[in-house]
Amino acid sequence: MRKLFLLLAFCLSIQLTGQDVVVFEKFDDFEELLYKDDGKTYVINFWATWCAPCIKELPFFEKIHEKYKDKNVKVILASLDYKEHLERKVVPFIKQKGLKSEVVLMDDPNANVWIDKVDKRWSGAIPATVFYNGKNRKFMEQEFSSFEELESVVLEFK
Amino acid sequence: MKKLMTLFSLLVAISVSMAFTPASGGYKVGDTATDFSLKGVDGKFVSMSDYKDAKGFIIIFTCNTCPVVKQYEDRINALHEKYADQGYPLIAINPNDPSIQPGDSMEKMKVRAKEKGFKFPYLFDAGQTVYPQYGATKTPHVFLLDASLIVRYIGAIDDNARSAESVGVKYLENAIAALEKGKNPDPNFTKAVGCSIKAKA
Repeated sequence: MRKLFLLLAFCLSIQLTGQDVVVFEKFDDFEELLYKDDGKTYVINFWATWCAPCIKELPFFEKIHEKYKDKNVKVILASLDYKEHLERKVVPFIKQKGLKSEVVLMDDPNANVWIDKVDKRWSGAIPATVFYNGKNRKFMEQEFSSFEELESVVLEFK
Repeated sequence: MKKLMTLFSLLVAISVSMAFTPASGGYKVGDTATDFSLKGVDGKFVSMSDYKDAKGFIIIFTCNTCPVVKQYEDRINALHEKYADQGYPLIAINPNDPSIQPGDSMEKMKVRAKEKGFKFPYLFDAGQTVYPQYGATKTPHVFLLDASLIVRYIGAIDDNARSAESVGVKYLENAIAALEKGKNPDPNFTKAVGCSIKAKA
């Protein structure tokens, strides 16, 4: 019963937000975002509302979205917050910062399996970012210190 | 001929330096870990060589500020309670640079250790010399060593950061149990989401 209630509350919470945050409870469902082949360059940044260096670099990703959204670049901010924190932390954060990039929440507890599926080189520390366009792919476990630094990586895919 | 000699000695020098340069990315399971001497929250320096009868060491890179760590603090306390007397002392090391993350200064470590009642050494990697040798990249990050300081397990404490009640596999405890039976831990390497270690670029 409690579970049903949580599920209901959860569905409702998604509807109430201005920006729909798709929640992935299984990495297998999320994984297709890492392998789209539609000519676009995808920039998928793993972050969380509790991760200070992630929050620091979010404006650079927002600026990529702003500058390149009509130029075949898609930014996806993949939050690793817990789904229980969607309404209380993630949604208020999106509103407060006015995030325009697509935000999804990836909350599969089996990190030991899915971290390797994102990239074998990833230790699990965030922030971390995947860039890809078709077969071209780059993974970076680091914080970007400037918009220009991030943009130079995106431009490698143009 | 002289040129050839120079070339030869250069080649020797390169191969020697390669042989003695540790592989980048830190220790892998099977490597021998270096001992350290780091200051703890009680002002005393701690080294693994201080523990004469240890059967192994639970080294956890951790800090005051990472939310993932906070979810593990009670479990880290419990691990110390359970394993220190069995010959596996737990040693916690904060690798973060407080000039980047002020919440991880030695003063704040003392506060956190008192609040949470840490009974294990909580050391500060001053100068950030230890964590790169180990290859720690995040907090929490566990390295289980045996009595000969050989790295036997690297990774997560268990498979569920969010809640101790929902843990399915206790990776670290299973690894210690394997050592106790004279076996190799399986898995000997796991991954989990954590906070990046704060260092100047």
